[in-house]
Amino acid sequence: MSTYLIRRTLESIPVIIGVSILVFLLLRLIPGDPAIAILGERASEENVAAIRERLGLNKPLPEQYAIWVGNLFRGDLGTSIRGNSPIANELAHRFPATIELALVAITLATVIGIPIGIISAVKRNSMIDTVSMFGALLGVSIPIFVLGLLLIYFFGVQMRVLPFIGRLDSGIELETRTGLYVIDAILTGNGEALRSALTHLLLPAITLFTVPLAIIARITRSAMLEVLNQDYIRTARSKGLGERPVIITHALRNALLPIVTIVGLQLGTLLSGAVLTETIYSWPGIGKWLFDSIVARDYPIVQSVTLIVASIYIIVNFVVDVLYALVDPRIRVA
Amino acid sequence: MSTVAHLNPTIKPQRRYSALEVRIEALRDLFRRLWKNPSARVGGFLVVATTLIGVFVPLLDNYNPLKDGDLKAKYATPDCIVGWISSQLNDTEKLSLSDMACVHPFGADKNGRDILRRVGHGMSVSLAVGIFVVVISVTVGASIGLAAGFLSGWFESVSMRMMDVILAFPSLLLAIALVTVAGASLTNGMIAIAITQIPTFARLTRSMAISIRNTEYVVAARSVGANGLSIMRDHVLPNSLAPLIVQSTLMLGTAVIETAALGFLGLGQQPPFPELGKMLAESQPALASGKWWLMVFPGVTIVLIVLGFNLMGDALRDALDPRLRGTD
Repeated sequence: MSTYLIRRTLESIPVIIGVSILVFLLLRLIPGDPAIAILGERASEENVAAIRERLGLNKPLPEQYAIWVGNLFRGDLGTSIRGNSPIANELAHRFPATIELALVAITLATVIGIPIGIISAVKRNSMIDTVSMFGALLGVSIPIFVLGLLLIYFFGVQMRVLPFIGRLDSGIELETRTGLYVIDAILTGNGEALRSALTHLLLPAITLFTVPLAIIARITRSAMLEVLNQDYIRTARSKGLGERPVIITHALRNALLPIVTIVGLQLGTLLSGAVLTETIYSWPGIGKWLFDSIVARDYPIVQSVTLIVASIYIIVNFVVDVLYALVDPRIRVA
Repeated sequence: MSTVAHLNPTIKPQRRYSALEVRIEALRDLFRRLWKNPSARVGGFLVVATTLIGVFVPLLDNYNPLKDGDLKAKYATPDCIVGWISSQLNDTEKLSLSDMACVHPFGADKNGRDILRRVGHGMSVSLAVGIFVVVISVTVGASIGLAAGFLSGWFESVSMRMMDVILAFPSLLLAIALVTVAGASLTNGMIAIAITQIPTFARLTRSMAISIRNTEYVVAARSVGANGLSIMRDHVLPNSLAPLIVQSTLMLGTAVIETAALGFLGLGQQPPFPELGKMLAESQPALASGKWWLMVFPGVTIVLIVLGFNLMGDALRDALDPRLRGTD
């Protein structure tokens, strides 16, 4: 196992270097002068020169890269152009909002998606199977922003039952400890805030979890079908085991690997989906931040958010691979 | 066989089928299998309908977005069939179908522009972009994959590590970042999305190339003097075709969604040109006052386009997968 761990770590080094170079170049690849792109055509020469100086654009590229990476290691993501504040501070402030949304979405998607997949596989070609698999296909075919707007229209505008802007009703005070409002509300025993936080979470979470839910249900179904055809399932049945233990202990356990993988990989989908979801629902996380920064041409923030999301994605992939190898010895030698 | 034919003239001597006939027969077999699959029929219908609309709307309707708009029709509600249905649903005023005018079947937007017309043109943009993106990423991706699988060595390592770097980003996020720095436009959006799709095709083709280069028939072809290029052309590419077609169909759906997402974020097609994602972004402010038609029609259109490609992709995968043959 340790050999595998070392090999897998070594393999990811070139990828991490490649990703850092690509993200670094993002700001430098802006056609023309990045400083003018940030400030606009009518910027004065002094301002342009000041921005160039601040972003270190006057130095040779390799030196700029070295400085940039060095700063990263010290947790310095630079400063935003407009707010003039350290990006890392703002990130720490924004990140919990995204995490809360993503966690709720992935949990719901897993808890609902796996049973749907199992039932579809066990009752293959039944009405339930057909309906849920068509639903799953519809789920991957409906863009986040279409679903989000439909939900806003029906639940927010027509029925007026759910809020669709922000994380809390205005006027509700909540002492933040973790930044995850649901947890904070429970910790501080603030019932009103808890209710408000949960209702605000509902529509964005449904919007965000649809694609992962559909994918998890589809993968679970096909993984289960593959396993259910194996000889050991027939053996288990023939020795008189009931249907439930056959499916839960024999089939599901062996089908779990691809399911775990896909759940992990959906985190990437969630993080890029968060850009759209947070924009639609004015959810103050890193996705909305990215969108606002694009509009404001605050390129250092765009660069930082891209780097952060890619890093999370790489780490999750790494963890999933290692977990996979831990559970399945065949992976380690392959 | 010839002796039998000689004795009984009604039995035709068996002949060798030409390569073309074999291919035609394989295609007919594919269509037969697709036709048996209901989701292929629905998907096929959606894809054909999308294609026809996408091709014919720009040909038949010369649209100038700069001149479009009639402020008298600002936020006009849908009339025609949709208007009739919604009047039946609202209890206040029940109109008969013959009373309905047919000026704006899908309603109009804040500039009084006809939604139906803009959805039609938006559809052709989505379709064109989807096809363009997939053609580019298949061509580039498959070339890289073939070369990597056959040349191996440093080219394989370098190109595959580059693919890994692209795959290390969630695709939409990378497209957003690239378009942000390159400048928001439909062309930049297409190129950015194509770049994010290249690794999928490169990996797919490379794995096919590797599995095929060690088969006995390729070893045999090499032994009679076939070179790498002709092996790629005659053996690897035809064998990779089925998975590439399946993947391309599914990627068409992704490309349509991501183009619309860029448009929605203001990074794709710029106003006033019609694009489905942009139309959706413009519909959001009007949603709070209950103007659903600005959002529903472009939204449903995107879903139908993508659903068509996804149904078709799934059905093609089932039909082309030799392991599933003869199971039904």
